[in-house]
Amino acid sequence: MEEEIQRSSLGEAERTMTICNACRYCEGLCATFQAMTLRRAFAETDLDYLANLCHNCTACYHGCQYAPPHYFDLNVPRTLASLRIDTYQRYAWPGFMARLFERNGLVVSIAIAVSLALIIVLLFAYQDPAVLFSQHTGPGAFYAVIAHYVMISVAGATFGFSVLAVVISCLRFWNSTKPGSKSKLSIGAWARALRNTATLKYLGGELGEGCSTEDERWSNRRRYFHQFTMWGFILCFASTCVATIYHYGFDIAAPYSLFSLPVLLGSVGGVGLLVGPAGQLWLKTRSDPRPANVSQYGMDYAFLASLFLISLTGMLLLALRETAAMGILLAIHLGFVLAFFVTLPYSKFVHAVYRFAALLRFGAEMRR
Amino acid sequence: MIPASTDVLVIGGGNAAMCAAIAAREAGADVIVLEHAGKAMRGGNTRHTRNLRAMHDGPVHTLAEVYSEEEYWQDLLKVTEGQTNEPLARLMIRESANLLDWLHERGVRFQPALSGTLNLERTNAFFLGGGKTLLNAQYLHAERIGVKVFYDSEVTGLAIDESGFREAAVNCTGGLQTIRAKAVVVASGGFQANEEWMKEAWGEAANNFIIRGTPFNRGTILRNLMEQSAVTVGDPTQCHAVAIDARAPKYDAGIVSRLDCVCFSIVVNRDAQRFYDEGEDFWPKRYAIWGRLVAQQPGQIAYAIIDAKVVDKFMPSIFPKISAESIADLAREINVPEEALAATVSSFNDAIVSGHYDTEILDDCRTEGIGPPKSHWALGIDTPPFYAYPMRPGITFTYLGLEVDDEARVTFGNGRLVRNVFAAGEVMAGNILGKGYCAGTGMTIGVVFGRIAGENAAREALQ
Repeated sequence: MEEEIQRSSLGEAERTMTICNACRYCEGLCATFQAMTLRRAFAETDLDYLANLCHNCTACYHGCQYAPPHYFDLNVPRTLASLRIDTYQRYAWPGFMARLFERNGLVVSIAIAVSLALIIVLLFAYQDPAVLFSQHTGPGAFYAVIAHYVMISVAGATFGFSVLAVVISCLRFWNSTKPGSKSKLSIGAWARALRNTATLKYLGGELGEGCSTEDERWSNRRRYFHQFTMWGFILCFASTCVATIYHYGFDIAAPYSLFSLPVLLGSVGGVGLLVGPAGQLWLKTRSDPRPANVSQYGMDYAFLASLFLISLTGMLLLALRETAAMGILLAIHLGFVLAFFVTLPYSKFVHAVYRFAALLRFGAEMRR
Repeated sequence: MIPASTDVLVIGGGNAAMCAAIAAREAGADVIVLEHAGKAMRGGNTRHTRNLRAMHDGPVHTLAEVYSEEEYWQDLLKVTEGQTNEPLARLMIRESANLLDWLHERGVRFQPALSGTLNLERTNAFFLGGGKTLLNAQYLHAERIGVKVFYDSEVTGLAIDESGFREAAVNCTGGLQTIRAKAVVVASGGFQANEEWMKEAWGEAANNFIIRGTPFNRGTILRNLMEQSAVTVGDPTQCHAVAIDARAPKYDAGIVSRLDCVCFSIVVNRDAQRFYDEGEDFWPKRYAIWGRLVAQQPGQIAYAIIDAKVVDKFMPSIFPKISAESIADLAREINVPEEALAATVSSFNDAIVSGHYDTEILDDCRTEGIGPPKSHWALGIDTPPFYAYPMRPGITFTYLGLEVDDEARVTFGNGRLVRNVFAAGEVMAGNILGKGYCAGTGMTIGVVFGRIAGENAAREALQ
């Protein structure tokens, strides 16, 4: 049954790309169509690649002469989005975890509930309530509530596994895109891929005037909100890395002062992760459902909401870290963070990795 | 409910109609657009277009170098073999010089010509995203400036008396209605989707035609005006017809139903006989004659036959190739006489003069001693598996149209003077294109005469 669904999603993608390649009116719109025109026929791996190159901007749907109610019934964004979810499953490592992409909104929600409950229950079971609900300041204040070795071993294990799983999945995807492509991975290819990622070029259309979201009008709103989210995430991640260096390299323990590098990076990133996901959620509620793969909305909403809540609890923790509320806020914040990293390889997060791999392949193929 | 009256009424919803509506509105008139199709399928054949041809005295937008008025005129003269109205054609060419700016200011975007576009990057500007994206921009702009657009509204007739056009009868979602207007722009396309009319011109053969574009171009208003003594140009049997895959749906398959295999094949009719030189010239220069060629064959069907040597040399059809291990099997698959096909193939194979095969040039692989010859790219049909693609005539648009003057005003006969009926687009393209076709000119006619018609209709209405 599962296999049948996958095959039909691939079959529809092949039908769609065959018709698109005979038309090519959209080739000025984005990378997906430009990569398409390099091919005469579409093998499974070509379609996997094209599906992940698609940024789901939906401009091609609104501009499609064959979109429903036309007899050919082409819906490129929805078809590729549906295949994209298939690829997340097919390339997932270890394979049996792929099922977590089904009802992914539920999976992520349960993960959040369980990790919040777990941390709070363990805290109440093992930590003295007097310590939990009292004020702590100065270096090592957080570790008075949750011991440093506990934090590090749980984070290290979950994050380590997640990174491993994402890297293996991505390599499997990357290797599968090789056969259909006569490209060489040059410095130029990396530069093009990094530029296209950093600017989210293909959420802005070829001319940078935006993509369709609510209807056939072009707008850069989605691109800008996505920029907030992406850079917010990168800055928060950088903050964590810097803090790790502070801790192990210079033996300076958190919490850090308001104007320290980790707090500055984390605060700016945190604002990004409030504004970006909130804006993206808002746009999603207003977006045209016709070109959307509505069945994946659960995954999208869960991912955006958990980024927003991680940031919100993190900002609250920063604001109230010198009060007695710190202990419980730390627990809640870490609960959201833990759930995020546990589900990382089986959540919407993977779109970033596959998309970059596809853009890198595209950068190598196009040589311009 | 559509308002009962307006200044300028525009009939149709394609490029010409929207340019007329925008121009009339910008000239200060109240404008109503009546589009027969619903919103999703709006825009007539414009939905299937992707570029327009524009003269330019230097690089402009995506167009390189120079494409002078004279060169454009010579190109037009060549394809129409003189069946064109020179003053109107030159007016169109001169006006084409500023239409890219005009469209760009109204939200239309252009892209450089990329792949597979018949080498038109100097002469033709391509719409970013194609014709439907162009239409989206035109509708958004029109609605922003106050043009009122009504979908699912078919105009069935125009009432014209001594004082000119008075009102239009409309069959719309609210039922039957009449709308009074001070001027009307007819931009409702050709009549190719009207089977009865096509049969009047072509006989029963028309049953086997496939219409590449919108099913809404039924020529209702064209005929209505002809019955009210409007003067026409062109011949009802003249149309833009290409050979397309016979398995395409009856309407609206657009560009993707085309076949690119003819130069690599031999083409036989249902009696398994060849009927034209498949290698006469490069395909982009020949595809537009093959519609008529197939239309002249019995049953209006033909089959392009190729073998395994060339199957990967052209863009495949979107429909599967019909394949067989022998010519006899292939004949049975496509239902043509076995012996006749075998004889046609072997006499073709025997007539080949071997040369150096090169699809990039008019090479010297040709036949000798058979009629019709294959002048270039002739290779034996000898390597199984063998493949066939069925072909039928695909009609893009008809050329019979309304005669107009240089203000896009429709000419009436019998000494009638009607000042407030204008026409733009395919419905009057025959003034410029009496025969043949020059890629992108249809859209140029639409923008240029749409603007002229809209401006003059507004002037007439606001007098």
